[in-house]
Amino acid sequence: MSLERIRLPEEVRHWHGDMICDYTYTLGVAGEKFYSGLKEGRIIGSKCPECGRIFVPPSAYCPFCFTELTEWVEVPDEGFVYALTVAHVDADGEPLEEPELYAFIVLERPGEAQEIYGGILHKLGEVGPEEAYIGMRVKAVWAPPEERKGTLADIRYFRPIE
Amino acid sequence: MSERIKEYRGTYYGRKELEEGLVPAFHDRPYALYAWATGVAMGRFLAELKNGRIIGRRCRRCGRVLVPPRMFCEFCFRPTDEWAYVADTGTVLTYSVSYLGPAAERLKEPVVIAVIQLDGASPGIGILHKLGEVKPEEVHVGMRVKAVWKAPEEREGAITDIAYFRPLKEGERGR
Amino acid sequence: MMDPGRVKRRVAVVGAGMTLFRRRLKETGRELSFYAAKMALEQAGITLRDVDAVVCGSAPDAFDGVHMKGEYLLDGMGGHCRPYMRVFVGGGTGVFTPIAAWWHVASGHFDIVLAIAEEKMSSCHPHPQKAFTTIFDPMLTRPLGANLVWIFALEMMRYMSVHGVKKEQIATIAVKNKRNALDHPCAQLPAKITVQDVLNSEVMVWPVQRLDISPPSDGAAAVVLASEHMAKQLTDDPVWIDGVGWCLDSTYWTNRDLYYPKYVEYAARMAYRMAGIKDPPKEIDVAEPYDPFDYKEAHHAEGLMLARKGEYLKDVKDENDIFAKYGRDGDLPVCPSGGLLGVGNPIAAAGMMKVCEIFWQLRGEAGRRQVKNDPRTGVAQAWGDLMQIGTVIVMRR
Repeated sequence: MSLERIRLPEEVRHWHGDMICDYTYTLGVAGEKFYSGLKEGRIIGSKCPECGRIFVPPSAYCPFCFTELTEWVEVPDEGFVYALTVAHVDADGEPLEEPELYAFIVLERPGEAQEIYGGILHKLGEVGPEEAYIGMRVKAVWAPPEERKGTLADIRYFRPIE
Repeated sequence: MSERIKEYRGTYYGRKELEEGLVPAFHDRPYALYAWATGVAMGRFLAELKNGRIIGRRCRRCGRVLVPPRMFCEFCFRPTDEWAYVADTGTVLTYSVSYLGPAAERLKEPVVIAVIQLDGASPGIGILHKLGEVKPEEVHVGMRVKAVWKAPEEREGAITDIAYFRPLKEGERGR
Repeated sequence: MMDPGRVKRRVAVVGAGMTLFRRRLKETGRELSFYAAKMALEQAGITLRDVDAVVCGSAPDAFDGVHMKGEYLLDGMGGHCRPYMRVFVGGGTGVFTPIAAWWHVASGHFDIVLAIAEEKMSSCHPHPQKAFTTIFDPMLTRPLGANLVWIFALEMMRYMSVHGVKKEQIATIAVKNKRNALDHPCAQLPAKITVQDVLNSEVMVWPVQRLDISPPSDGAAAVVLASEHMAKQLTDDPVWIDGVGWCLDSTYWTNRDLYYPKYVEYAARMAYRMAGIKDPPKEIDVAEPYDPFDYKEAHHAEGLMLARKGEYLKDVKDENDIFAKYGRDGDLPVCPSGGLLGVGNPIAAAGMMKVCEIFWQLRGEAGRRQVKNDPRTGVAQAWGDLMQIGTVIVMRR
């Protein structure tokens, strides 16, 4: 009788399968404020009464002071590029037709001193990979109100401004 | 509860609210594909199933014949010593009748499952499998069963090469 | 074996807190953790600044749906810029979390440690049981279409078969715990049911029926642990952790006899030895064994050596018997909180809820759930993985 004899370690069999689950994530107390704010064309943060920091995206508690946060504030939809990267492949490693720019944007208006802790990770648009730079001032380009769904895609991208 | 505690936090959402989109939510399906290495012991186990045989490993120190086979004995913490075929007949150690599928979906026809100690394996060493050709109320602990194999061309080297175990008939012997 | 003489310092629980337990909650895992942690800190009379280290307990990442869940939950747990660790031993996590926090303090390393357990099972669709299937061997078990409840049904059948225990007897435990839960402000499924209701309920995986099982839940619970000298400064009424124990058995569960949880007994022996307990039924005043299924209370109580093997339900024939023996006014109160069957089962938070309950019971702060025998010694136990781990904690006033 023929038996599969394993002569070499490389011949070890494999068993194929998957671990696929569907998820429905609630947004939470702070998340619902943030995403409903996006639908209205605003970026919302939460302010800590003790240390004064404004968290973006908002949090229901201050991780430093461990106070519950109930003050929701609107923050500017413009700021500067803190860090950026150019992607040439997608999430599955397949090549992209056009390179995509992603940046971490610290939100602030020039001349306004706000203790905003955090920022937004988003796409950069209307700018080429060679032109974007750290420190570049950018502003959100919003989708029209009727197309907004309450997700990060309600901001199409951030574009450079002077 | 402590009289000092005034309020317990948490906001309830009903199933309807979430499934009908009445409250905001984010949906995702992380897609994870796997090719698990079977290892030496399971590799041989699965290959033997394709040939209609069940194989275990023996540890000479404690004398146990282990199914599913493994290259180490977890009691003695030393490598197991040799392969040992076991019969495809056995005894039901415990059983159950399931009306639930893997995702908690309701099954129309129940599935009868059992932990079966195969003849040749050490006492208490059982494997999990389905029972068939038997009514749920006829199953009992201690019942003698025999494997029903799929046709050779349908076997693929999987635990499902045995379709199920059925009650052993009078005078029948295992392989 | 753990030598009580080698433990460096005594550790006490000085505060406890929890959220509501519900099938699904609006709050994210982080927010739930924050609520429970904040409550425990307030009860202890301290703030996050006083906390030296944080221990997080949370079961499979697959429930919340975020990989590396421990790190994800960190901010809500007060772990920001602090020594922080996450422990995970399936259902045993809820008691393992305070045990891990105990190591932090007993070793002399830290004085005040926050231990929080959280679970958000509602994220997983269509049902958290789907995520559970990934615990099964991909080659041996999953191809058979295994559902999580199968293993409990097989264990229950074995327990009933070896000891001759009947479903009518086991069902009294569901009646007791769901009724006890009527007095728990966070309870998810408190109810006044009868043995007949249990026996008439939908068969899931025989012999397990719908009212034999605890529900999946969202929730969080927390305790604050302090070293002896800090505890005495913070409160006049510390509850000492006098014994801890944990033990695991093999994942080859089809190679084990399921009628008795040997690993729970070994964990209990470890904890009892440390606490100096020689006769558990006499020396323990209140017990919270892990009860995700009604038969599990009996199974675990025997593993905790509160009754001989197979004898937990020996003298129990109906509802009156179970309340007389194990009700709040009974000979030995068991699961006065209402257990998982009544309060809910957010996997890790459930075990922690039991630890919180023993804390409140020993201090006389359990309100309507208070057991009347002036308890001084209590034990909480959790269980999990692929029916593998027993975690035991003995607390004393």
